[in-house]
Amino acid sequence: MSLTLENITRVVDGETHINTTNLSLEPGSFNVLLGRTLAGKTSLMRLMAGLDRPSSGRILMNGADVTGVPVQKRNISMVYQQFINYPNLTVWENIASPLKLAKVQPSEIKRRVDEVAQLLHIEQYLQRHPMELSGGQQQRTAMARALVKDASLILFDEPLVNLDYKLREELRQELRNLFKARNTIAVYATTEPNEALALGGTTSLLHEGNIIQTGPAAKVYRNPINVDAAELFSEPPINLVPGRITDSQVFISEAVHFPLVQELQGLPPGDYKFGIRPSHIGLVPHNDDDLEIAVTVELAEISGSETFMHVKNQHFPLVMQLSGVYEFHTDARVNVYLPAHRLFVFDMEGKLIKAPSPIIGGAFNG
Amino acid sequence: MRKVENNKAWLLVLPVFLLVAFSAIVPLMTVVNYSVQDIFDQNNAYFVGSEWYREILRDPRLHESLLRQFMFSFAVLAIEIPLGIGIALMMPTKGKMASVCLILVAIPLLIPWNVVGTIWQIFGRADIGLFGWSLTSLGMDYNYASNPIDAWATVLLMDVWHWTPLVALLCYSGLRAIPEAFYQAARIDRASKWAIFRHIQLPKLKNVLVIGVLLRFMDSFMIYTEPFVLTGGGPGNSTTFLSQTLTQMAIGQFDLGPAAAFSLIYFLIVLLVSWLFFTTINHMDKDK
Repeated sequence: MSLTLENITRVVDGETHINTTNLSLEPGSFNVLLGRTLAGKTSLMRLMAGLDRPSSGRILMNGADVTGVPVQKRNISMVYQQFINYPNLTVWENIASPLKLAKVQPSEIKRRVDEVAQLLHIEQYLQRHPMELSGGQQQRTAMARALVKDASLILFDEPLVNLDYKLREELRQELRNLFKARNTIAVYATTEPNEALALGGTTSLLHEGNIIQTGPAAKVYRNPINVDAAELFSEPPINLVPGRITDSQVFISEAVHFPLVQELQGLPPGDYKFGIRPSHIGLVPHNDDDLEIAVTVELAEISGSETFMHVKNQHFPLVMQLSGVYEFHTDARVNVYLPAHRLFVFDMEGKLIKAPSPIIGGAFNG
Repeated sequence: MRKVENNKAWLLVLPVFLLVAFSAIVPLMTVVNYSVQDIFDQNNAYFVGSEWYREILRDPRLHESLLRQFMFSFAVLAIEIPLGIGIALMMPTKGKMASVCLILVAIPLLIPWNVVGTIWQIFGRADIGLFGWSLTSLGMDYNYASNPIDAWATVLLMDVWHWTPLVALLCYSGLRAIPEAFYQAARIDRASKWAIFRHIQLPKLKNVLVIGVLLRFMDSFMIYTEPFVLTGGGPGNSTTFLSQTLTQMAIGQFDLGPAAAFSLIYFLIVLLVSWLFFTTINHMDKDK
């Protein structure tokens, strides 16, 4: 079962929610929609589900046009950010409800409910009501309801945001395994770049109602086609500083300049935007080509075993992500090191000119 | 931290204590005081113990009006709760029409009891009232002043007209609190409208409905003004409910002792029924 969106748009009251979009989802694929709040993730999913009709364009399932077919007549299921279960039914009845409505044989219902409950580790809660469960168990129930149907398309609309960190990791991992052996198309919307990377599969970046890039998660991460894609697929957002390249020198703003390194050779002289991921800037030099930049600390926030540092010199601010716990006073003066071979180069329109090549042989930590 | 122990806490609860004392306990105890004495005038009162209670509990007037009262409250709940839910379900959810509907539904709630009584008293008259005239013109023998069933129907209609909006508004707000995703999920599951009502809307409305039933029970159990304005409790005693029987006793006949005993019994009935209802609902929840 494949799903194809052909020149889809969605306009509500003169406001464009989805710009002309083409997307095709392979059978058995796991697809992640990555975009900020209001980027159009939910709108796009509603169109895929048939909850809304596109303003123009066609939706094809297995090549057949289903554009006007209402959601009830398509075999899909959806899991939401809120934990949606029938409040007065037990977990068992909740999971069985789509099958009962589809008039499946009782023995078959029992078999499938028990199977999916086992898969999601809720078999010991089957006789409880949703309100007597923890958030994680409630969401597992909702997921079980979505999975039990054997839908051809399953949509996950930020299903893990209302769960705590630990549960999120756990469920995310299970989710990925659940879909390995299935022929279902899964679509998963999230705002978190790390989640998109952890889930893997195909990532589509959604920005202001447009899909700006689609591809395997790691590939998109390494080669964002433009500034928007790079900012979207980086947490904390990638640092962008304007600069220029001359015949022999590279200028990052006017403050930092260094001789043209091998990686950047061959680029025509002119103005560029340079991008560097926060995790690539360090407090100690790692390579010969590391650029030393004197900065003052604006803020150092510790999050778990990581430290996010906001620093600046008189020309530009930088955000750094350091593993380990560091404490700095505000206005402390430090030198930070920026590896020149890790620079992304964008032209002034924001289009990617050059991405740093992944480190071959070593673990890609990029 | 070192614990400070002194009597300041008493000072802090004093305002609440005073408020409760003067608004509830003192008036109630005055009534209790009356109910165990035979009072002739300010200086002549004798302790009679439980005599008034025994007298009142044997009084056929209490039995009759109590029965009438339960029938009335039951009828009110049986009509207003389903009707209120129905209206709430039909009200538009967004746009200009939603505000217009809200205002239209809420208007009866703004009208005082005695005005409601007067409105229907005139409305139901066969000579000058549109309602009474219409029914009479249709060949129905409608006269609330002489026919007990008509009087009952009119009082009931009045209450339904006046207070169904309260139930409707409570349910409306309860329905608005259900996230859109529930309806979407139900649509994806191919659930029918009835299934959506039975398994999503009704369970989610349960809390507001408990409040609605309690409010409507307590309020209808104390109905006084409407039947009083309409027929003065008549024809005969057919629409004389508990509170009117009590007023006749206390003010009409100035039997303060029996009236006090009556009002305490009245109070206990309201309390008991409300408590029974509430605990039953809570138990049903726990059993689940």
